[in-house]
Amino acid sequence: MFTSQVLFFGFGWLFFMRQLFKDYEVRQYVVQVVFSVTFAFSCTMFELIIFEILGALSSSSRYFHWKLNLYVILLVLIFVVPFYIGYFVVSNIRLLQRQRLLFACMVWFTFMYFFWKLGDPFPILSPKHGILSIEQLISRVGVIGVTLMALLSGFGAVNCPYTYMSYFLRNVTDGDILALERRLLQTMDMIVSKKKRIAMTRRQMYQRGEDQNKQTGFWGMIKSVTSTQSGSENLSLIQQEVDALEELSRQLFLETVDLQSTKERIEYSKTFQGKYFNFLGYFFSIYCVWKIFMATINIVFDRVGKTDPVTRGIEITVNYLGIQFDVKFWSQHISFILVGIIIVTSIRGLLITLTKFFYAISSSKSSNVIVLVLAQIMGMYFVSSVLLMRMSMPLEYRSIVTEVLGELQFNFYHRWFDVIFLVILHTIITWTCFFLSSNYSVFS
Amino acid sequence: MCAVAMHARTEGNKFPRGDIFPQNTQTLTSNMASLDRVKVLVLGDSGVGKSSLVHLLCQNQVLGNPSWTVGCSVDVRIHDYKEGTPEEKTFYIELWDVGGSVGSASSLKSTRAVFYNSVNGIILVHDLTNKKSSQNLYRWSLEALNRDSSPTGVIVSNGDYDREQFAENPVPLLLIGTKFDQIPESKRSEVLTRTAFLSEDFLAEEINLDCTNPRYLAAGTSNAVKLSRFFDKVIEKRYFTRDPSPMAAFTDRKRFNFKSLHYD
Repeated sequence: MFTSQVLFFGFGWLFFMRQLFKDYEVRQYVVQVVFSVTFAFSCTMFELIIFEILGALSSSSRYFHWKLNLYVILLVLIFVVPFYIGYFVVSNIRLLQRQRLLFACMVWFTFMYFFWKLGDPFPILSPKHGILSIEQLISRVGVIGVTLMALLSGFGAVNCPYTYMSYFLRNVTDGDILALERRLLQTMDMIVSKKKRIAMTRRQMYQRGEDQNKQTGFWGMIKSVTSTQSGSENLSLIQQEVDALEELSRQLFLETVDLQSTKERIEYSKTFQGKYFNFLGYFFSIYCVWKIFMATINIVFDRVGKTDPVTRGIEITVNYLGIQFDVKFWSQHISFILVGIIIVTSIRGLLITLTKFFYAISSSKSSNVIVLVLAQIMGMYFVSSVLLMRMSMPLEYRSIVTEVLGELQFNFYHRWFDVIFLVILHTIITWTCFFLSSNYSVFS
Repeated sequence: MCAVAMHARTEGNKFPRGDIFPQNTQTLTSNMASLDRVKVLVLGDSGVGKSSLVHLLCQNQVLGNPSWTVGCSVDVRIHDYKEGTPEEKTFYIELWDVGGSVGSASSLKSTRAVFYNSVNGIILVHDLTNKKSSQNLYRWSLEALNRDSSPTGVIVSNGDYDREQFAENPVPLLLIGTKFDQIPESKRSEVLTRTAFLSEDFLAEEINLDCTNPRYLAAGTSNAVKLSRFFDKVIEKRYFTRDPSPMAAFTDRKRFNFKSLHYD
């Protein structure tokens, strides 16, 4: 059991070094350790679910490991990571360097306050439990995590068909790209020629200014005033033109990058792999539409599915198709496979998204903070995915999750997920349509 | 020298330039017309301080609000070649500050490659407080030199670094390390030894400075002398060596034919 944890820890370490911090120098090993620890314990939770289904290890030891894992994860997510985030943010601000620790503690207390307040509008506070019990903490973590999950799922649901299917690709020829590149270089040449004029005028003004200092008397002063005025007016005019041209060159550059990436995607779609992904794209878009449909129904009719897909599938096959087979045996294996697939794809998807996000926004100053924020997101995501996965497992396996996590209103979480998912989806779809239509108008 | 200058100006054209120059160029003084074109790239990871450096070199002022460079930003420095000698001549040096990182998407890389045409010199900038940025300089120089491969052949094998390539390299290099003031006194010698190795690898001079402090490049300092020597070398290679014109003209003509082929 512990060996697997060490394995996961090693994997998290490697991922950190190879993928995330490829271009940066690791100076604070604390960050790396915290990230790997979060990753390791999150993966252990999934491993425990798999063990639950397979029936490996004894029931009591499983329970023990669950509890241990949960305590550690909550400790890390609520105490350790936010504290370090506050610490690193404060270290970046030069003014507060002296009393770093003090300010970090202050930040942490603010975080705890908001975290607690988060529980108020939701139906999770039940008088049976004390203040600092696991249920309180998990419920709040669950809320944040479920929101994140819905966000990512919504985004993925729209992005996935768009990326995979080649239907959306504009037709880009080499000639288009060359024409744009030519325009870009012409603009750069214009900028260069104007800057040359500015530099030369400035140099002449400077030299004339020196000569002017030698000229004394009334007329000398008047001459110097008038000539410099016209010089500087001319300069500011050219400077404005240069600014406009620079803005144009930036836009042309971005358009060229866009065209190049579209061209590469077109080439990729012609390969075998590309065609395979294209097909997958159609499949996924159908799946996404079905999911949207289900989410809407759940909200409108105010119901949460009682049975999981596996048992329902088996029921359907047994009742309607008349195929007899050993329900218990097959349900265990199928649910194992299904849960395994869900886990692996969600981990992989999350890591890829986090990496892309990290590359997009990090710099050498803020990389530590961002990695810690990512570790926090990852931990919360995994905890809440365990919560939601309960729905996909048959009844006999749900018991341990219910037992360990205490009495939570699981239905609430599912409803909440559906709501956020739909909201995000609609926002993204309208935004994408707007974006696409404006893009087309620019090109035509 | 006049003939060389004329020839250099016409063969430096990749596209017909007549319609680009505005009409009121003629109103400028004669100094403008005699100044010829020299292009120097400024390369390095994002965040090392290229934009601040270029601003310092061209405006002699510190850049107040550095922001992330999108695409490429150009600035111009007026340089007196062979200053103080009777052969003194004024040149414009264009400093092309290309933004981005070595690990960017290939679409970004192929768009960036547009700026690497007919380069006369390269300034490699790295951050003295970040070792990775120094290591990435090898990849940066390969990216820029690959694009601009002259007929003598800068052969590259899978991005592996090979010192002999730089020995034959016709393009002069200069190494600049930034954020010098942020290194504590105790670590200075260690950092300077590391950069010395780096400059040996590139067969280039090195300058270590802080872009927010103009006194590092004040006239008369050894840094200013190195900078001036580098620019002199660039100009010399461009205009005054044995046969630069046929080689550069060859690559330009080759590129022009390639482009016209696709344009139809």
